[in-house]
Amino acid sequence: MTPLLELKGISRFFGGLAALTDVSFEVRKDEILGLIGPNGAGKTTLFNVVNGFYAPSRGEVFFKGERISGLKPHQVCARGLARTFQVVKPLQRMSVLDNVIASAFLRAKSKAQAVQIAGEVLHLTGLYDDREVISKGLPLGKRKRLEIARALATKPELILLDESFAGLNPTEQNESIDIIRKIKEIGITIMIIEHNMKVIMSISDRIIVLNYGQKIAEGSPEETRNNPLVIEAYLGEA
Amino acid sequence: MKKIAPTLIVAAIAVLPLLGLSTYILHVLILTIMWSVIGMAWNLLGGFCGQVSFGHAAFFGVGAYTSGILYNKFGISAWWGMPASIGVVAVFALFIGFITLRLRGPFFALGTLAVGVILRVTAENLPDVTEGNLGIMIRERSWVDKTWYFYIILTLAVLVFLLVKKVVGSRLGYYFVAIREDQDAAESLGINTTYYKTIALCLSAVITGLAGAFYTNYMGYIDPKVVFALHDISIVVIMVVMVGGVATFWGPVVGSAIMVLLAELIRSIPMLGAAHLTFFGVLLIVIIIFLPNGIIGDIPKLKRLLGIRKNL
Amino acid sequence: MTSVQLEVLLQTIISGIFLGGLYALLAIGMTLIMGVMKIINLAHGELMMVGMYIAYALFSFFKIDPYIAVFIAAPVLFGLGVLLQKFLINPVMKVDSILPENQVILTVGIGMVLANLATIFFSSDYRSTPVTYATKAWYISDFWKDSPLELSISLPWSVSFFFAILITAVLWFFLTKTDLGKSIRATAQDNDAALLMGVNVMRMRMLTFGLGSSLVGAAGCLFLPIYYLFPDIGGQFTLIAFVITILGGLGSTVGAILGGLVLGVFESLTATYVGMGWAPVGRFIIFIAVLIFIPGGIVSLFKK
Repeated sequence: MTPLLELKGISRFFGGLAALTDVSFEVRKDEILGLIGPNGAGKTTLFNVVNGFYAPSRGEVFFKGERISGLKPHQVCARGLARTFQVVKPLQRMSVLDNVIASAFLRAKSKAQAVQIAGEVLHLTGLYDDREVISKGLPLGKRKRLEIARALATKPELILLDESFAGLNPTEQNESIDIIRKIKEIGITIMIIEHNMKVIMSISDRIIVLNYGQKIAEGSPEETRNNPLVIEAYLGEA
Repeated sequence: MKKIAPTLIVAAIAVLPLLGLSTYILHVLILTIMWSVIGMAWNLLGGFCGQVSFGHAAFFGVGAYTSGILYNKFGISAWWGMPASIGVVAVFALFIGFITLRLRGPFFALGTLAVGVILRVTAENLPDVTEGNLGIMIRERSWVDKTWYFYIILTLAVLVFLLVKKVVGSRLGYYFVAIREDQDAAESLGINTTYYKTIALCLSAVITGLAGAFYTNYMGYIDPKVVFALHDISIVVIMVVMVGGVATFWGPVVGSAIMVLLAELIRSIPMLGAAHLTFFGVLLIVIIIFLPNGIIGDIPKLKRLLGIRKNL
Repeated sequence: MTSVQLEVLLQTIISGIFLGGLYALLAIGMTLIMGVMKIINLAHGELMMVGMYIAYALFSFFKIDPYIAVFIAAPVLFGLGVLLQKFLINPVMKVDSILPENQVILTVGIGMVLANLATIFFSSDYRSTPVTYATKAWYISDFWKDSPLELSISLPWSVSFFFAILITAVLWFFLTKTDLGKSIRATAQDNDAALLMGVNVMRMRMLTFGLGSSLVGAAGCLFLPIYYLFPDIGGQFTLIAFVITILGGLGSTVGAILGGLVLGVFESLTATYVGMGWAPVGRFIIFIAVLIFIPGGIVSLFKK
């Protein structure tokens, strides 16, 4: 069976600096794949390469067997791969509902259908009661969820979540964990970047560890936790 | 009430010529409506889609010259310029969009500004096509009376108003605003930003070109300095929208009424006539500092300011 | 190529370099402002026009030579720039609005007011400053009798060019050798880092806008013996300065100098070989071509 997403030997250079070096791995359908690593390990760069903001300097990305490296972000999204941003980018002067409608139009044939999709997604992410709020005025926790809601409204098969937990209080974190489990239940595969070890260990099926742009480990949460290389990478940072 | 208000306003404007208004007042009304049309066009691209153009005179001028050249070189009525300008301006805007839309923010603004200036200088230097600085004169005027011109531009304005409303409420409108608010986010949500920015530019340009073609017919004379003017067209249309209200439906109408009346008022006072750009400039500065989203856009702020005064 | 054609070509290139030197001075002011404040100042040419009228008034009323007027116009423009920055531009940078281009539009408004005020005070007539040396020139044959080619160098052009180089050198010294200059450059490179290192960013902005204005004011004085003066002269120079900044590379002083020279020579060539009226078109074709093909400007070519 072809994996849902496959990275083959991805490198990305900025000037002379290598942000990613020869990274290869795959994302299997219906799993939650955690992507961890110290600051500056190249996690967000990897998302930017997968999502089409950067073309890889070397290597290829395949989604459902089709080569997507070299496509523009909107083309990647149209093929069923959505993402969120670490630094949230809500459409500031639009209401929460309009934010989600704007992305629901990707699959909707009419405005009514877009509104309907948006409604479903807002219920799923627990933002329905805030739908009329102008998104600039949302607290951070809800803005992070709005990011997820917008990505979901494009009806993806794979969703890339970039630090959806950073800056949330414990209650909000638990809510977000529930949301991610629900997303998995409706059949969407998830790749998630996260710093919070407790969260990532509890939700991930598998974990990939990046350090200095290289993949240093891959395996179950249990294996990763006990991997000496991983421990060293994190202790080295501390 | 809110639903029928636009119909009432249009109806009220439409009966105005029947009241036997003076030619001068009718002229001011025609100018106001024409500027509303250009303002609505600019607002679609600048206000809703966030692509601030400093070169709308280019589209106005191309529309105007389409009309003028059809009359001057091909000997057919300049009115054919209105339908013809749709195609000509659309093709022109596609080309300009291809060059300028890869630029972002202020760079797009200055790219379009450059386009406007290039066209003016080109028109000045190609007398075989444009008659150069001599300009083109429409010798056979359709009507002496201004009533018909009034109804033609009013019809155009109503159609454009409805079109803008329709577009903004649709998928296009959502995409335009998404692009304005965050181009990267829009792109990653599956919106082909280049494609939709091009659509916004073409729509805006075609409407502006129609106003230009109307201008040729109405004024009966065009030259490069008038129709490709940087200050008197490209900047004035920005002011119309900024004063009235960016990204609002009625903003361009309100802004155009204020700007045209102000211009006429200043012109009618000989002492102030020479200083009209100072007034415009100061108005622009005041609006940007105190009402950055225009009169309609900052109604809540205006109310608050006035409310405070009442409490005092 | 006959010797006459060669003479025309060389003469064209020489005038282009002289023009380019003055353009560079004009553009350095804009690029400084752009680098430090991240705003595009579309009133730049109008500030130059103000400098020109100051020099013109000084000459008409007090018979002060335009080259001396540099020392008066530059400080006056400095003050004007600081005031504009403090009371108009700064407040707008803090206001939240739908269009971030508000500050650009603001500078357009400032430019309109300045140009219009000049019309009110000086009327829209074309004026020139009848300096005694206006038409004086040096000829190669004066120095070298048997020169195979005859070339001339206009006196006011060469003096203005010399002044432009001098001012640029002083500015370079200020920016690279003094603490204040270094703070300005730090602010341009990284606003936040400069702030953390204790640089008073607000003050640097005011200073930069003042400095940029005084440079362009000085350029105005240097242009006065050469050009006609009228109130709307500013607009075209704003565009020239902007085209050069893009051509050279945003925020780069070296780029502004190179860009100025390139544009000067190019315009001079266009004027000679295509026609006077086409110079602005050539200018904008360069502008658009640079935006498309070398978006980082000339400076970026050297970095590779």
